[in-house]
Amino acid sequence: MSVTADDVRRIARLARLAEPEDRVDALVGELNGILNWIEQLNEVDVEGVQAMTTPVAFPLPMREDKVTDGGIRDKVLANAPKSDEGFFVVPKSVE
Amino acid sequence: MSDLLKLSLTDVSGKLKAKEVSASELATEAVEACKAAQPALNAFTAFDEDKTQAMAKAADERLAKGEGGLLEGVPLAIKDLFAVEGVDTAASSNILKGFKPTYESTVTAKLWGEGAVFVAKTSMDEFAMGSSNETANTGPVVNPWKVSGGNESLTPGGSSGGSAAAVAADLCFGATGTDTGGSIRQPASFTGTVGVKGTYGRTSRWGVVAFASSLDHPGPFAKTVKDSAVLLQAMSGHDPKDSTSLPNAVPDFVAACGQSVKGLRIGVPKEYRVDGMPEEIEKAWQQGIDWLKAAGCEIVDISLPHTKYALPAYYIVAPAEASSNLARYDGMRYGNRVDGVDLTDTYEQTRAAGFGHEVQRRIMIGTYVLSAGYYDAYYLRAQKVRTRILEDFTQAFDKVDAILTPSAPSAAFALGSKSDDPIAMYLNDVFTVTANLAGVPAMSVPAGLDSQGLPLGLQIITRALDEETMFKVGAAIEDSAGFTHKAAKWW
Repeated sequence: MSVTADDVRRIARLARLAEPEDRVDALVGELNGILNWIEQLNEVDVEGVQAMTTPVAFPLPMREDKVTDGGIRDKVLANAPKSDEGFFVVPKSVE
Repeated sequence: MSDLLKLSLTDVSGKLKAKEVSASELATEAVEACKAAQPALNAFTAFDEDKTQAMAKAADERLAKGEGGLLEGVPLAIKDLFAVEGVDTAASSNILKGFKPTYESTVTAKLWGEGAVFVAKTSMDEFAMGSSNETANTGPVVNPWKVSGGNESLTPGGSSGGSAAAVAADLCFGATGTDTGGSIRQPASFTGTVGVKGTYGRTSRWGVVAFASSLDHPGPFAKTVKDSAVLLQAMSGHDPKDSTSLPNAVPDFVAACGQSVKGLRIGVPKEYRVDGMPEEIEKAWQQGIDWLKAAGCEIVDISLPHTKYALPAYYIVAPAEASSNLARYDGMRYGNRVDGVDLTDTYEQTRAAGFGHEVQRRIMIGTYVLSAGYYDAYYLRAQKVRTRILEDFTQAFDKVDAILTPSAPSAAFALGSKSDDPIAMYLNDVFTVTANLAGVPAMSVPAGLDSQGLPLGLQIITRALDEETMFKVGAAIEDSAGFTHKAAKWW
């Protein structure tokens, strides 16, 4: 399997990364190098093997469904690139 | 400057409790030493002297009353991946430049709860992605160690390079790191320090900037094995805010240090003899085997047959999880924003400007392996290979109590010497990454110097939840090695 320049543009779009056109060729080479190296995993027999989850099995912890935090609007907004009157300010997303 | 900073954490703790030195004096001295070293080592990303002094003063008050925790008054440096309330926490990335958390990570909260004093944030590879600390947005950290008689700048390793350098240069008494593929143990090996990660889930990931959630292990750097046990002890414990945090009680790691290793079975895996490994690494390993044999251990040849697949599996799992974790940096709620012509353009410009090349490369790989049609072929297969790697360990631990290997395939290398070849850089983690994939405890202990005068570390890996055996064996290696070398001060 090898990645083309169009694949790189498509992946960049999916990843929401504006890759400048002059980086595309370099990325094709880098990604193919890494993906070819990864191909060796096909040698491993994984028939009937469960995917790894954790080395120490314990049940997924559950907690009571109640509010345990909140009322910290100003803290939540403290690192916002733009905020106004207690709201995040973001670019228009609905026409 | 006095020689106080050269003491071990355990020794300085004794002096603090005996009131031979105050936490405030010690903190001032540590901050001054860090600042004086900064132009040369570039190990730090932020200071907050008001916070440092306030914490030291509170520690002095508790010490005066004869109170105080495990780390009362001890200055520590914190990797820039841990949220420290009110202090710049950027994961060495431009996208988070200027981010000041309004909360505290669980691990640092536990350290402060034991009386430790914040000294500085330490530089790291951006989002912990790297093995040389060269991807930091503030430039590479320089290793305090140099080749004997040489002057070339060497890497302290990565990703926790700043923490390793700070401890190696005696600028603080310990530091936090995170280990996703070897990011504590490889820099520990490169700087002649002790670096530890416990069992996956032993230390909480809450408030630690996420890289690859199923592989991220917070842990300590220290000057001695016992110091590292004290630090891991303080950092460990169940945290309801991290669903993967282990509910198990934390054993007494400190008590394990110095206990006899007589009769322990030590595994030596043949797969860790890799092509092109320097003879000196092989020699250091053999020396470690001989030390443990002399201490009464039984040496057992073992096989971990899936070792060679660990790095390729890692380079699917880690980028996949990273691409997902780093999706949150969209320039809307926190982090920096670059305005574009519309929302999508804003996202794309923000992320392209905020992330460095290595981070973008890994996001791209992760996005690709998780994209439609490829999930089974890549991520699912890699997670199954991971199970095979864990099975290797499980079978080995039927026969042995601990595994001894080199920590890294080389000593510290020159800055810039591997930055053009991602796979050559990734191979640095060839010995460490298996323990992340399997989630088992592992540490690096300094074993000696190579012929160029650079430190080499040995790695000890044990069963999940059995950090005590790891500390026992680590302390035995330390005792036999008698490693007291320090980098000659040039900074």
